[in-house]
Amino acid sequence: MQDRPAARDISQVSFTLNGQPVSVAAAPFASLADTLRSELKLTGTKIGCEAGDCGACTVLLDGAQVCACLVPAAQAEGARVDTVEGPGPDAVTDRLRTAFLAHGAAQCGICTPGMLMAATDLLARQPFPSRADVEDAIGGVLCRCTGYLKIVDAVLDAAGATRSDPGRPNTVVSPSNHGLQDSIALRQAHGGGIGQPIDAMCTPVVGARMPRVDGWPKVTGTDAFGADAAPAGALWMRVVRSPHARARFALGDLAAVVTRTPGLVAILSAKDVPGENSFGIFPNMKDQPVLAPGLVRFRGEAVLALVGTRQAVETLSDAELPIAWQPEPPLAGIAAALAPGAPALHAGVTDNVLARGNLKCGNVAAGHASAAASAEGCFETAFVEHAYIEPEAGYAVPVGPGPDRIEVTACTQAPYMDLDEVARVLGIAHARVRIRPTACGGGFGGKLDVSVQPLLAVAAWLTKRPVRIVYTRTESMASTTKRHPASIWAKSSADAGGRLTAFEMQADFNTGAYASWGPTVANRVPVHGMGPYKVANALLRTRAVYTSDTPAGAFRGFGVPQAAIAHETLMDDLALKLGIDRWAIRRRNALDHGDATASGQILRHSAGLPRCLDALQGDWDAALARVARHNASSPRRRRGAGIACMWYGCGNTSLSNPSSMRITLARDGTLTFLNGAVDIGQGSSTILLQIAAEALGLPPGAFRMVVGDTDLTADAGKTSASRQTLVSGNAARLAAEDLRSRILALANAGPAASLSLEGPKLVILDGEASRTIDLANLPALSESKANSRAEAQISTAVLSSSKHGLADSIALRQAQGGVEDSVVVLEGLGTWDPPTTALDENGQGIPYATYGFAAQMAEVEVDVVLGTVKVLEIVAAHDVGRAINPTLVEGQIHGGIAQGLGLALMEEFIPGRTENLHDYLIPTVGDMPPVKTYLIEDAELDGPFGAKGVGEPALVATAPAILGAIRHATGARLTRVPVLPHRLWEALRGKEAAQ
Amino acid sequence: MVAYYRPASLDEALAIRAARDVMILAGGTDIYPAKAARAGWGDMRHKDVLDISRLADLRGISAQADHWRIGALTTWTDLIRADLPALFDGYRRAAREVGGVQIQNRGTLAGNICTASPAGDGIPNLLALDARIELASGQGRRLVPMTAFIDGYRHTVCRADEIVTAVLVPRPATPARSHFLKLGARRYLVISIVMAASVVEIGHDGRIGAARVAVGSCSAVPQRLGALENALVGQLVAAAPDVVAPIHLATLAPIDDIRASGAYRRHAALALVRDLLSELAADAERRAA
Repeated sequence: MQDRPAARDISQVSFTLNGQPVSVAAAPFASLADTLRSELKLTGTKIGCEAGDCGACTVLLDGAQVCACLVPAAQAEGARVDTVEGPGPDAVTDRLRTAFLAHGAAQCGICTPGMLMAATDLLARQPFPSRADVEDAIGGVLCRCTGYLKIVDAVLDAAGATRSDPGRPNTVVSPSNHGLQDSIALRQAHGGGIGQPIDAMCTPVVGARMPRVDGWPKVTGTDAFGADAAPAGALWMRVVRSPHARARFALGDLAAVVTRTPGLVAILSAKDVPGENSFGIFPNMKDQPVLAPGLVRFRGEAVLALVGTRQAVETLSDAELPIAWQPEPPLAGIAAALAPGAPALHAGVTDNVLARGNLKCGNVAAGHASAAASAEGCFETAFVEHAYIEPEAGYAVPVGPGPDRIEVTACTQAPYMDLDEVARVLGIAHARVRIRPTACGGGFGGKLDVSVQPLLAVAAWLTKRPVRIVYTRTESMASTTKRHPASIWAKSSADAGGRLTAFEMQADFNTGAYASWGPTVANRVPVHGMGPYKVANALLRTRAVYTSDTPAGAFRGFGVPQAAIAHETLMDDLALKLGIDRWAIRRRNALDHGDATASGQILRHSAGLPRCLDALQGDWDAALARVARHNASSPRRRRGAGIACMWYGCGNTSLSNPSSMRITLARDGTLTFLNGAVDIGQGSSTILLQIAAEALGLPPGAFRMVVGDTDLTADAGKTSASRQTLVSGNAARLAAEDLRSRILALANAGPAASLSLEGPKLVILDGEASRTIDLANLPALSESKANSRAEAQISTAVLSSSKHGLADSIALRQAQGGVEDSVVVLEGLGTWDPPTTALDENGQGIPYATYGFAAQMAEVEVDVVLGTVKVLEIVAAHDVGRAINPTLVEGQIHGGIAQGLGLALMEEFIPGRTENLHDYLIPTVGDMPPVKTYLIEDAELDGPFGAKGVGEPALVATAPAILGAIRHATGARLTRVPVLPHRLWEALRGKEAAQ
Repeated sequence: MVAYYRPASLDEALAIRAARDVMILAGGTDIYPAKAARAGWGDMRHKDVLDISRLADLRGISAQADHWRIGALTTWTDLIRADLPALFDGYRRAAREVGGVQIQNRGTLAGNICTASPAGDGIPNLLALDARIELASGQGRRLVPMTAFIDGYRHTVCRADEIVTAVLVPRPATPARSHFLKLGARRYLVISIVMAASVVEIGHDGRIGAARVAVGSCSAVPQRLGALENALVGQLVAAAPDVVAPIHLATLAPIDDIRASGAYRRHAALALVRDLLSELAADAERRAA
């Protein structure tokens, strides 16, 4: 027998990494993913779950794809490891990058490295894969943004495979003349290497399928997300969370634990929070503590923060801490919280009702009474987890002695709201806080509320050292907000022609332990709850109810997707009762130009639902015929078609939500777009740039971008409510027009003049006349106009950019050094706030400037023996006003459909039970059907170039369309989602029994 | 800090196993998720680790006179790519449905049975294949039938001084065919709601000579359906689906959980076993034609 190998704390591991030999000191049991990121500083490999559930960390180990989070560092010894940072075998990864960028296959980019490596594994083995092969190969990587279709297209494209595979075509029918031709042009343009200026290929810019400006860092693994960077020497933080849904607790001697634990610097509790120990979305509802003050209201609530070396905080177990728990009976679910005698969960809210909303118009009783048919029902939806693949992460840095300021760098959807919260919990002035958003690996509403930000700020402020944190997947799922579970009763009536005569709804939403966005859900649903239909008599009442469950907040649609399940099921009921086709009844009731909504708003401009429905008509008729043919010979696998409509107001409900944008021209010719709108993957950086470029008359590649930093950019509002294209888009347009008018005035040129920028020379061509302005000769903007500190920092941030043009301009976020002469000589400013009015006591008024509309069709196959559902196809017609970038719009639609499919069929967050991505299921590539898209452009005159939002509209109609299709296939009317196989089976069994 | 042993020989590994309280790690696909689940709720402890991945002799599938020997380090992907007869079709189908390709490339067949989850994808197949599990210790080797290897919920008969070294699959007396069906709420990366695996030996007369049927995710330990197996013997394979009756599944004890109700599982298990036999019958018919 050989000498027994010793147990090793740290050992040297040598392997070949992207073709180069490396040797690294690592703990042998540390995962390869952690070793790559922490020891080798290769942060392109992302960590999403540490459980092999998401595949974000996929690398090649000896040529085979593996989850690097499941490989012990020790097993890399002698192996060949390929990561996203390398070219891949035979440069396969490089080829895939180009295709991903061209197809819009990367949205937020957090899954992109995993997707690229899984696809590399495939193409290295199988150069000409089928669509099914691609799906098998990337089946182990979850994506929450894209709906996978463009990823599969990109892989097939990179493989040079033909598109003749009949399996799953994805059709796009776009009214713009920027369809296939542009994507081909784009691919060619990128053939010689990504990241060349995009100027030449996009004229006009609005409507072009421009690749996303922040795309190159995403496909190379260099985009920095919340967990990807922190100052050297930063302390680590780990949060100790309540294992109880409702409890009181007492703390023992924490100082003693700090003293006896090597490397531990502090254990923070509620009493350490220097300012207000509370945060929340609404100024009068800041009810959630940063650290619980002796009382917890949900499982997962933050109790203590351990701050110290990474080893210290990751070695000390919660059980070693002196916390004496006194659990109390939790109020799980709405019914428990509303039950007579239920204890009040928050002082001052005796009935546990956080907020109420309502809408009343006409006379519903009379409307029901006059109807030819009425339908009613009760509907239940579950908690839905955002399941962004990036768990919350970031760091905070105290600046100056004192400290004077605090800088928090984290993934977020709302930097200015983060700023408010951080200032509040530290008890310092707003000017002393800076929020620097990292790339955001998915948000969907879940990163609107603060998570890590106040904790990091408090820890860095008190220890006077940089502090970082990375949430675990479990922690992310257990502690951050969810979609509100809904319990809805609704009743709808129509005349013999199918025209709605009355609509009534009572909807309760489980807002969980803290307020978060509960009031928003309660207020948004009454406006939308009857669906996008004309109805003169409506009565809608909503409540957001406190419970002992995980806080519910914002999730793509703010309650509207839940309500859509109710109004669309009732629409199908009425169609059935009246013998009217389901498409026809919707077409008859669809809101159109000039119609009044139930809140009394006349739709003056964009109202394209009738056009959406008309676009679907042929597909609908064909699907009905196809389904009937199939079912004639298939008793077990029954097919069905369903259709659903939706609408969604862009921007906040009857609240001011302005955005301000700024574009500057510097002496050296640097054109800088200071854009405070955070791009969470949906593409606002690209869309807003296209709008600005079009309005200014200079190509996108001429711009340098500064995005989202609260010291450098103006408040663009949060990335939510499908508002950035509309609201920030208008601000960007106005800023560009402002700058353009200043330039034209200087040149004494007319409005049709064309501009070009060559270094510091600005050339204005006005008909035959040409004038050159030498920017170097212009005076600097007065200090009163230009914020001097911001300017200094911009000049630091604005690196001489790049042979890569736009591609890496987004890297300005992380730019350091490289000061250049950027004295601003001209600027354009734009601010826009959607025109709305307050709603009166009956919910009457103008809650939104404009609405997105859509109609979607689903075709499904149901195994009536097993109760399983396969979605065969979705056809989606969306009125987007104007598709600024059709590729990005389709990306939103695909991604929304994937989330709607998950809502309908599989997603159910149960506190304490589905806190990981193998018990909580989101759709994989294999669940996603082909999607045919119609982009309807019913121009919104108040929108930039006619555009309005699509982010949330993409999701709303999908679930009700699927439910309608299941019903068409089986006769089972499902009123509870998700329709898990056992629930459908029970419904089918119930139906059988009834017969 | 977790002590980590990565010996180069089985003898060394057995000596460490006997001397210390260690967790055996091969592909890591169960160990890291369990670690993450504990750490997510503040339990940062971990047992010391015995990494057996350097024991190269334990990897691979070899055909012997009366059985196939599947080394303990053989991965799902190894199984998918191996040159094996139709007897293994069901097991290979399970391999393609485990996790995603990443898990198939790393997870080992032996690790799957040692984790002994009620939903372990390989377990019903190994029950139907009548496999035996080879365990080694300082005292030598022993063979345990698969039906006895898992003796409780997530528990096996593997002693604290033993390491599973191989899975042995006997050659059936007559050529046999196998099949496997897995029911889950999504495609890829899914823990099953119900699984069923079957191996049947079909004579030239189209009658079933022997049948072994097992169901997973419907009891604490996946089970063989002995009563059904007996009822199938002598039946025409084409009639096999009609033989299946609820009574044959009476020994299952499905529970309600986040994935399904117990009542549904019992129903779906019956349907899946029927489907399994239907597809085997259809396959036999295709071959006969």
